[in-house]
Amino acid sequence: MWGIMKHKLGARGLSTPVFGDYMQRLRPIASAIRFRPYSSATKQMTVRDALNSALDEEMAADSDVFIMGEEVGEYQGAYKISKGLLDKYGPDRVVDTPITEAGFTGIGVGAAYHGLKPVIEFMTFNFAMQAIDHIINSAAKTNYMSAGKINVPIVFRGPNGPAAGVGAQHSQCYGAWYGSVPGLKVLVPYSSEDARGLLKAAIRDPDPVVFLENELLYGESFPVSAEALDSSFSLPIGKAKIEREGKDVTITAFSKMVGYALKAAEILEKDGINAEVINLRSIRPLDRATINASVRKTNRLVTVEEGFSQHGVGAEVCATVVEDSFGYLDAPVERIAGADVPTPYAANLERLAFPQIEDVVRAAKRACFRSVPMAANA
Amino acid sequence: TLLSFVLSAALLQHPPLHQTYRFDLSIGHKTADDMALARRSSNLLKPLSTASSSSFLNRRPFSTDDSTTITVETSVPFTGHNCEPPSRSIDTTPKELMTFFTDMALMRRMEIAADSLYKSKLIRGFCHLYDGQEAVSIGMEAAITKKDCIITAYRDHCIFLGRGGTLLESFSELMGRQAGCSRGKGGSMHFYKKDACFFGGHGIVGAQVPLGCGLAFAQKYRKEDHVTFTMYGDGAANQGQLFEALNMAALWDLPAILVCENNHYGMGTAEWRAAKSPAYYKRGDYVPGLKVDGMDAFAVKQACKFAKEHALKNGPIILEMDTYRYHGHSMSDPGSTYRTRDEISGVRQERDPIERIRKLILAHDIATEKELKDIEKLARKEVDEAIAKAKESPMPDDPELFTNVYRKGFGVESFGTDRKEVRATLP
Repeated sequence: MWGIMKHKLGARGLSTPVFGDYMQRLRPIASAIRFRPYSSATKQMTVRDALNSALDEEMAADSDVFIMGEEVGEYQGAYKISKGLLDKYGPDRVVDTPITEAGFTGIGVGAAYHGLKPVIEFMTFNFAMQAIDHIINSAAKTNYMSAGKINVPIVFRGPNGPAAGVGAQHSQCYGAWYGSVPGLKVLVPYSSEDARGLLKAAIRDPDPVVFLENELLYGESFPVSAEALDSSFSLPIGKAKIEREGKDVTITAFSKMVGYALKAAEILEKDGINAEVINLRSIRPLDRATINASVRKTNRLVTVEEGFSQHGVGAEVCATVVEDSFGYLDAPVERIAGADVPTPYAANLERLAFPQIEDVVRAAKRACFRSVPMAANA
Repeated sequence: TLLSFVLSAALLQHPPLHQTYRFDLSIGHKTADDMALARRSSNLLKPLSTASSSSFLNRRPFSTDDSTTITVETSVPFTGHNCEPPSRSIDTTPKELMTFFTDMALMRRMEIAADSLYKSKLIRGFCHLYDGQEAVSIGMEAAITKKDCIITAYRDHCIFLGRGGTLLESFSELMGRQAGCSRGKGGSMHFYKKDACFFGGHGIVGAQVPLGCGLAFAQKYRKEDHVTFTMYGDGAANQGQLFEALNMAALWDLPAILVCENNHYGMGTAEWRAAKSPAYYKRGDYVPGLKVDGMDAFAVKQACKFAKEHALKNGPIILEMDTYRYHGHSMSDPGSTYRTRDEISGVRQERDPIERIRKLILAHDIATEKELKDIEKLARKEVDEAIAKAKESPMPDDPELFTNVYRKGFGVESFGTDRKEVRATLP
């Protein structure tokens, strides 16, 4: 029924207040989608273009916003996310740096102390480890330590997690590390709409935001609504999105794994399991309300992430559900995560090291007590 | 039911894995002098072709002539910073000249073949090629022993070869196969050869510099008579950790030689856009430095010899090798958006390291043009054969996912992506 409502919504637009009330009743948690009278005539946009347009618009809107990082200017961006921005805004606002993360991250945080709004790009978050002291000690904690006198309106962004065949030192997911630090906001876009809305929100936000992108998603196209294309668009920080409604099992995921979870849900549907897929969008603050409401509905939970399982994002999602909705759980929480090994290079081993769609399907079936007993497999 | 769930979970436990594999040490390492000949007789090639190819070089007496002295001059004199530079006149032998030529030709061929393999998607991820910079590896090896340590970043294929690694290990690693030097688990950026004191193979720019100073620290701690050559690029030269490690190396008189392979571009950024002072040999301030023509294998050899003597007596020294890479930063970088094709072809014309040696060989009548071309053809053949053999090597077996997480795992449990489906006990 909800699915049908959504479909009609798309065709007509959302203009009547009665209709709006109805939406609020069905979805007790405020939806991430703002109710504006736009038609949903959609256009396709890659995540790359979504990020580029978001940067462009925010730089146009606020002259304090600048970009700093390796190859962001003349090279047009290592992954072309900042393409065209140097020509448009000049070298004072699109700043190429030497390969010195600790230095330029500190410089960025210092600029933010003084009121500018830096967007620091890390070519990948693996390199941000060189600068993590500044992200955590200099950025995250300063508003607190200064009793609110000095806030740090900075965005740290770049690709996070594995790509394809880049080896152990270039494949780690840092969502859990940054997600554990109070004072930081940690966002994890999946679609182009997420990328646009969350990056714009991050740049406008007065606190330090760690914005974890994914290299393999840059080239993927998603439909974007006219509303999302508007330069005033932004998505609320700390709100997850229910990508697919379901009633049998909740699957939480972020970034590229949202796509995998959605594909797994299609496969599960054929077996009569109706999965609800939550796109977390935000690791910190974690949308505990949406997660719990979903599990209270479905009674089963599968968490999916590419990072390591121990102390991972899934562990926190599981803990929050056990703490707030224990009585609603009908099965143990299932975690699908990266294998507990440094990332191997060989293609077959790399495939074993990161979640595949069949892993998500299998875990969901186990949660629904629908898995094939191991004796049959042996 | 919960009980059957628990039972089935117990059945999922795999038996403990054993670390049963070993590195194939039958592919031994040779001294620099024997390297050219040894490669021909290494067990990576079938015996028949080996016999004919080794006899090719043995037929001409000049290739093993290491008694005739030839004096060569470096292209330019050395420039010293806080030190008296060595002489630009260097003694060599016909054998050494032929070895330089053969080895560099092999390295050049390997990198070009890697380019093709990457484009046919047999090599994945990142691939950083060294063609143009061969003289640095070759000259260095000629001046040092396999007990001196080398550590570098990700442009490591030729350094590995120089340390005695084989083409088979190299191509297998690049293609993620078991015969690879890291059994396919490391990839292009993570080649190692511990028995020849080559410590990798590092993906994070600049990290290898403190690590190299650490190798030197251990050498001094153990009172060894050896040094460490820690290599980095002009991009890494601005990293803070370099200066931290250099300061300590100087304070503690560590036998560390910092070798800046200045190919003038840190990925897409020219040196003058990244460094206030691109005179990297001077950046050590109180640490002496030497500027060297990195395209001249003899200049490199002389500088490394000089540096080794210095480091054993007086602590750290910086060598700046003025070199050039023909390829872009990596296979994902065309290398032509930030530099002109004229510049690239100009360097190839004027300064190519292999051409320099070819001219010297021809000038001193050590071999004919045809013979040198034959050596290059042989290099191509060796590379092709190594690639064919590497393609036959299987990908690692699935249990290798869990091997070598620790040296000593205490029977700790490790998990696959689905922790209830795949588990392993780490030995």
